Amino acid sequence: MKAKHDTSKNGRRKGEPARARSDKWILRLYVAGQTPKAVTALNNLRLICEEQLHGKYHIKVIDLLENPQLARDNQILAVPTLVRQLPLPVRNIIGDLSNTERVLVGLDLKEQGARKIKGKVQGSKSEG
Amino acid sequence: MKKREAQSHRHVLPKSPTSIQGLDEITGGGLPKGRPTLVCGGAGCGKTLFAMEFLVRGATQYDEPGVFISFEETEEELTANVASLGFDLDSLVERKKIWLEHIHVERNEIEQSGEYDLEGLFIRIHHAIESIGAKRVVLDTIESLFSELPSPQILRAELRRLFHWLKKKGVTTIITAERGEGTLTREGLEEYVSDCVILLDHRVNDQSSIRRLRIVKYRGSMHGTNEYPFLIDNDGFSVLPVTSLGLNHASSHERISSGIPRLDTMLSGKGYFRGSTILVSGTAGTGKTSIAAQFVEAACKRQERVLFSTFEESQSQLIRNMRSIGIDLEPWVKKGLLQFHATRPTNYGLETHLTTSVKLINTFKPHVVVLDPINAFVLGENQTEVKTMLLRLVDFLKMKKITAFFTSLNSAGDAMEMTDVYFSSLIDTWLLLRDIEIGGERNRGLYVLKSRGMAHSNQIREFKLTNHGIELLDVYVGPGGVLTGSARLSQEARDNAEQLLRQQDIGRKRFGLERKREIMEAQIVAMRSGFEAEELEALKVIGIEKARNERFIQDKVRMGKSRRSDVDAKPTGTSKKKTNVHRSVP
Repeated sequence: MKAKHDTSKNGRRKGEPARARSDKWILRLYVAGQTPKAVTALNNLRLICEEQLHGKYHIKVIDLLENPQLARDNQILAVPTLVRQLPLPVRNIIGDLSNTERVLVGLDLKEQGARKIKGKVQGSKSEG
Repeated sequence: MKKREAQSHRHVLPKSPTSIQGLDEITGGGLPKGRPTLVCGGAGCGKTLFAMEFLVRGATQYDEPGVFISFEETEEELTANVASLGFDLDSLVERKKIWLEHIHVERNEIEQSGEYDLEGLFIRIHHAIESIGAKRVVLDTIESLFSELPSPQILRAELRRLFHWLKKKGVTTIITAERGEGTLTREGLEEYVSDCVILLDHRVNDQSSIRRLRIVKYRGSMHGTNEYPFLIDNDGFSVLPVTSLGLNHASSHERISSGIPRLDTMLSGKGYFRGSTILVSGTAGTGKTSIAAQFVEAACKRQERVLFSTFEESQSQLIRNMRSIGIDLEPWVKKGLLQFHATRPTNYGLETHLTTSVKLINTFKPHVVVLDPINAFVLGENQTEVKTMLLRLVDFLKMKKITAFFTSLNSAGDAMEMTDVYFSSLIDTWLLLRDIEIGGERNRGLYVLKSRGMAHSNQIREFKLTNHGIELLDVYVGPGGVLTGSARLSQEARDNAEQLLRQQDIGRKRFGLERKREIMEAQIVAMRSGFEAEELEALKVIGIEKARNERFIQDKVRMGKSRRSDVDAKPTGTSKKKTNVHRSVP
């Protein structure tokens, strides 16, 4: 379930405050087993990241069934939960990430992201 | 009670004892085992504490570890909050008896995109349960999730699933919820948790707060349906006292002295019954507390323990005041036989007073309990509540065979029997003190209004506070009515004078009579001597006559001889001669 993409392009642009804060995005996706929602969420997340943060993001998928203690440590209730560890501040998005606009708002990527990839990712099945 | 036991035999619904004082009695054994129970109520009514006590008692007394999932307070806050109740959560957590977990979600950090579920929560609860082998789970205000997570529809469905899941796991769960307007809970959780619903209430009447507990429903079990007062204090939660659900306390035949010999005499010579309820009522300053103190002293002299709850005076003030009438209570306090409990009635609500009293009684185990005065609690229109409280207290004391001594202050204008009519049915021996105003002074009168189970005096006694205790005196009952004090004294003086006069009169009469008797006797003597003289005279006359008669016969004989009337006759007997004479006469 792990996917790692090194940053290959440093595409800083004006009007992108979140991206500007960090070169490296660390995202964690908390799931509880390989449920359809978990799979959907991961796929959606990958698509969004590829579109928006190509090459400079890192997704870690954490299965709470394997590490239940982590749910307590990170105050996870709802699954799937996407946590943006970096850049700060920490942001949480819950759900299967099927509403791209909400994801972009949540990740603070909304301004340019909403126009570009709106409606593309829903129901995507590919997995890395 | 019996009915309930019978019921539970018929239909065995396993129950999880709470060990919360009084609650197990009204629920018939505790909360439904392995099922969720909803505890709802307004802010500050004690939901969290109720749930925590359920867990702690389960962990410490029934070896049922418990998981506390808090949605509001952190672990540290919880530990600190219940430490004041003597619950050492840190140690329990360390020994894996209790699992504390704070679940916190910051609403503004969360964005929703698409569907989610609460599997994370399930995993956390499951993990907690498995970690310590929990049998009990508390979800403290899970409703707060509604304000923290988006999509109420998803939440509802997930909570419904959660409760089912908990039920399937067979853990006894308490779910707390805030009371909504017109509904039991804000989010309608009662629809999902339908096995047992307990409502806690905290209301304020006349500036004093009253906590109440009611079991709204308990599926598959009989339960008490009333509102029961409850209390939160140093020892936690207590629903009190529901110890006696029936009038089945055993009664004692033992009699104990009131400390006032004359009063004992009025109560058929032996005093009060042990374990009875005694009320002394009267207007201000009639000596109610003094009678109580006298009884307390008598009890202490019998080496009995006494709990003196006073709502008007402090301990030192009371001791000082009683010393002025020759009752020294201090040595008994020092000996540990007498314990004072001085509070203002307005300090707490009724239930707090009741439960603190009960707690004190349970720890001190007194033989006698004094409440001075009971109607200090009556504020405004809460007489019914006061009566209920006293009823519970009296029941409790009767169960423990403790003699209860209450005083009651009447307001001067009221008919005395009327003011206390509320309490009357609880009282076994009722002494009434009243002011008797005559001749410009106020004196105290005492009488026994009623005393169950004994022949008691119907007399009014004058009641005096002397420097060596209480004295009861006979009142003057005369044509002018009941007299006391100086009126009695002056009346008695008048009576004495009258009596003296009468006695003198009698003496005079007796003297006169004596004189008459003497005269009579002198007369008798005189008469007798007169008679004797007469008699002597008469006898003398009789003797003379006799002699004369004899001489006359002799003379006749001689005369006959001389005449020779009977020549042939020999001078042998007079009779022959006489015959001859008679014969010769015709």
